[in-house]
Amino acid sequence: MFELLGIPPQVLLGQLLLGLINGSFYAVLSLGLAVIFGLLNIINFAHGALYMAAAFVAWMLLNYLGIGYWPALILSPLIVGAFGMVLERTMLSRLYHLDHLYGLLLTFGLALVIQGLFRNYYGISGLPYQIPDVLSGGQNLGFMFLPNYRAWIVVASVLVCFGTWFIIEKTRLGAYLRAGTENPTLVGAFGVNVPLMVTLTYGFGVALAGFAGVLAAPIYSVNPNMGEQLIITVFAVVVIGGMGSIMGAILTGYLLGIVEGLTRVFYPEGSAVVIFVIMAIVLMIKPEGLFGRPA
Amino acid sequence: MAMNDTTSNVEPVAQGAGMPTLHKIIFAVLLVFLIALPFFVYPVFAMKVMCFALFAAAFNLLLGFGGLLSFGHAAYFGSASYIAAHASKVWGLTPELSILCGAAAAAFLGFVIGSLAIRRQGIYFAMVTLAFAQMVYFIALQADFTGGEDGIQSVPRGDLFGLIPLAENMALYFFVLLVTFGGILALYRIVHSPFGEVLKAIRENEQRAISLGYDVNRYKLIVFTLSATMSGVAGATKSQVFQLATLTDVHWSMSGEVVLMTLLGGMGTVFGPLVGASLIVTMQNYLATFGAWVTIIQGVIFVIGVLMFREGIVGVISRWLKRPL
Repeated sequence: MFELLGIPPQVLLGQLLLGLINGSFYAVLSLGLAVIFGLLNIINFAHGALYMAAAFVAWMLLNYLGIGYWPALILSPLIVGAFGMVLERTMLSRLYHLDHLYGLLLTFGLALVIQGLFRNYYGISGLPYQIPDVLSGGQNLGFMFLPNYRAWIVVASVLVCFGTWFIIEKTRLGAYLRAGTENPTLVGAFGVNVPLMVTLTYGFGVALAGFAGVLAAPIYSVNPNMGEQLIITVFAVVVIGGMGSIMGAILTGYLLGIVEGLTRVFYPEGSAVVIFVIMAIVLMIKPEGLFGRPA
Repeated sequence: MAMNDTTSNVEPVAQGAGMPTLHKIIFAVLLVFLIALPFFVYPVFAMKVMCFALFAAAFNLLLGFGGLLSFGHAAYFGSASYIAAHASKVWGLTPELSILCGAAAAAFLGFVIGSLAIRRQGIYFAMVTLAFAQMVYFIALQADFTGGEDGIQSVPRGDLFGLIPLAENMALYFFVLLVTFGGILALYRIVHSPFGEVLKAIRENEQRAISLGYDVNRYKLIVFTLSATMSGVAGATKSQVFQLATLTDVHWSMSGEVVLMTLLGGMGTVFGPLVGASLIVTMQNYLATFGAWVTIIQGVIFVIGVLMFREGIVGVISRWLKRPL
């Protein structure tokens, strides 16, 4: 077998795959943040907590109601998304006339509450969630072993990201949404129910986080802390990409996952901080982000 | 862009008159109270409150008067705590020099991160500071001298100036009182200086400040560095009190706590952060046995504070009295 800079290809490809999987989560989560930010102009700090909550909902559906992985993959994001819409209607909507930073503070408080509740009732040790039978096992590709479920994560995230991009950029509904991002008052004047659109958008963004949470449940143990570190990394991803474009958020997510995986091969000590270092460099060279529009 | 709706209804402090009499009285009463306090409550608890009061006041300099929401102030608090603990334990420095080392480290870090963060505004600014703080957290987790999950433990309480032993809680208490009270007075002075006035102008209307010829970014960087330095003094002092520096000090939840203290007490007020810090630390102390409930209650206070109580406790009192506090 060939070797690259003394690194066996199995190691390199294995880390690349891990990076791609992390990138899948970064992409889906930063996409959700970007969708919400576009219309609401707030950063949803509770994104990580809701991602975690969806993983727990999937676990509860299985253990309390006997509902398996595939229905949970749809049901859990719907439940968490609906919960998100309740939060938006009852709390977030009261803050739109204020500085957007209050939205950040409110969702931070919500994240603390959600995380604290799960930590209180389920502890921090983590609960196991089985990989569905269809996706257990893996493929021997000759040069590396590819677990089926990990391949599924990448495929599913690409499908969801592409679907979201298609809805927003290519459909009439998406056109309303983009118009609402530009000028909500004018869109309202044309007879579109803007507050309803805002609520649904928040729910959709949260549901995306929920989808990522259910995807993550079988490979990471379901525990109350699973979202908190991830979301901060995703914030860095969002700063690097800039939230101006949907495709930008998606591409930056995958790209940074891969970069992180490669760093783990060549300089393992740096893998935890590489995304933040990239953020520093981007801030120096192109402060508005790779895909952002100058403020 | 500032979060100024809490402060705009309060009359500005009279110029050229020095400290208003009301503030003088409050500071004097506070000082007398703090001198008497260790004879009634456990001194270590009182010292913890004072450290966090300084931390919140330093944070408030940036948020309340500079209009900049940093979500990563644990980085300065925590790194100073680590450096001061290391200086005391490994280098064998005296407490005041250890605290100076910690503050210098926080100042340096604040300058570096601040110069990058001020390139973005508003929400992005908050996210950038949070992300860099997370980077500091990872470094604290992995670096050799920080002791990973254990932190730096059993830091010796040295002799002040090499002369006065601080091993006794009472002796240390008055040293901590001197440092934190001095720090809070220094912050008061900064806020009510010409520099502070320009800062408030930038908070109220950045474009106008630019058009008046102020180098806005320079002011932002200076206030960011000052705030980080004073947060560092607070963190370094805390490491001397508890004789340890741990990951808790650099964790994002610490950044959240200082935001909460400032919000609860009243951002943009002089005494709000002190009130907020006292309440939160006291609450943590009494509810410590309830575990995760502390997080939940803090979250609920956050939500209620943002939805209904944005002026904070001191902000409300200030409005009733029609005096800036």
